[in-house]
Amino acid sequence: MYRQGSRLLMRATAADGARLRVTAGSRPASQAFSTEVTEAPAVDSSFLEAWKKAAPNIDPPKTPLAFMKPRPPTPSSIPSKLTLNFVLPYQSEISNKEVDMAIIPATTGQMGVLPGHVATIAELKPGVLSVHEGNEVTKYFVSSGFAFIHANSYADIVAVEAVSLDRIDPSLVQKGLADFTQKLNSAVTDLEKAEAQVGVEVHSALNAALTG
Amino acid sequence: MAMAALRREGRRFLLSSASSTPITARSAISNDRESCLFGARSISTQIVRNRMKSVRNIQKITKAMKMVAASKLRGVQTKTENSRGLWQPFVALLGDGFSVDVKKNVVITVSSDKGLCGGINSTSVKVSKALTRVYSGPEKETKYVVLGEKGKAQLVRDSKNRIELTISELQKNPLNYTQVAVLADDILKNVEFDALRIVFNKFHSVVSFPPTVSTILSPEIVEKESEAGGRLGDLDLYEIEGGETKSEVLQNLSEFQFSCVLFNAVLENGCSELGARMSAMDSSSKNAGEMLDRLTLTYNRTRQASITTELIEIISGASALEG
Repeated sequence: MYRQGSRLLMRATAADGARLRVTAGSRPASQAFSTEVTEAPAVDSSFLEAWKKAAPNIDPPKTPLAFMKPRPPTPSSIPSKLTLNFVLPYQSEISNKEVDMAIIPATTGQMGVLPGHVATIAELKPGVLSVHEGNEVTKYFVSSGFAFIHANSYADIVAVEAVSLDRIDPSLVQKGLADFTQKLNSAVTDLEKAEAQVGVEVHSALNAALTG
Repeated sequence: MAMAALRREGRRFLLSSASSTPITARSAISNDRESCLFGARSISTQIVRNRMKSVRNIQKITKAMKMVAASKLRGVQTKTENSRGLWQPFVALLGDGFSVDVKKNVVITVSSDKGLCGGINSTSVKVSKALTRVYSGPEKETKYVVLGEKGKAQLVRDSKNRIELTISELQKNPLNYTQVAVLADDILKNVEFDALRIVFNKFHSVVSFPPTVSTILSPEIVEKESEAGGRLGDLDLYEIEGGETKSEVLQNLSEFQFSCVLFNAVLENGCSELGARMSAMDSSSKNAGEMLDRLTLTYNRTRQASITTELIEIISGASALEG
């Protein structure tokens, strides 16, 4: 039992050592995470003081800001390219790619985003997102999500699901549309109506994406 | 002399009634050696052999658990890495929200369901309790939402009345975003909050999982802070597209942010749990190996002692007959 105690202590100090090494700014070369970045020493001092008063023996926890690369400030002249980040829960589809334009399906309609666009928070509806880079255009069908456009020509698009258009089966889309329209007509409760409505919207958007 | 003999007799009785548990291994083994000198032979090697068999089985089990954790870790690690980009846009927009002082804090502690994973659940609970202390004050209250059995067991002991909701068996099926979204919806419906603080172990590597706190502010607080200036001050500069009013969009934003951040937190904690289990089982196997070595030495010593005793008896008997 004493051995276990000493083992825990050793492991705790090893973890502490690892943590200290990390905060010192030097990362081991074997760090393989592509989305992992160096820590920025931007922790709020007021919080640290309050923490030290409340729990002096425990190390303060890390915060997400420490794990993120800081964004560049707004440049004085409009940059030539838009830096795009397109993330899904299962993968970062596009990360920090320089593109010319992106057309996003906001709830108020298709919105074109060029470098130097005014800062915007946009809610997305099911529709087609197209990314224009030089002469090539990549199209995705996104289910819904949010898009943030920052003043420094950085655009973040967070979506729940996105598929490229060639992976959509038209016959299933038609069938789904018919199903949900029928459900909408026969819906009784508000919840059923809302669900059927959502289904109809998504499928009609899919339909439009395939034909348009 | 009589007292010493009585003491030795007493220990021999203890030996016969001792069960073969590893904890009493040491004391019972020294008894074996003593009682050997008084003539008890094959019984003592049997006991040591039983102990060796049980320790060997334990070593096999812990080795197997380590392999299972390692293979599971490989799968979850790719998922976690991929989900890391999910919360970065939100933090880029809204900042950290860490030092924002609010009245109603809800601390969501993410812990594991199964044990044998080292100290990660204790660290999460310690950090949550310390956060409660940091954010305590007049007119402020802090509540808990606990994900996972181990965290619940520890927090129920002293903060039972502050726990709003407990959720367990999260890791039974492989995690996906829909499941977490439903969970987030549940929490949002049942808990009133000004700020949600999610405490989890972020996965750095197999040996390092520092506790991390992510904050999500409710839409009213976001509006208040953006008007007050400070970190969220430039939120006002952003135009809002979509939705009828700004507050509706902010509400959707806050809910979406919660589900994304919770998804990442649960994945990271799962990874950390597997990593911690790997190292815990690894050191356990090593300890079992060391124990086995010591037991083997004792076994050989006991065996040789009994052989020597037999030889002595035979030879003394023979020499008594001759001379």
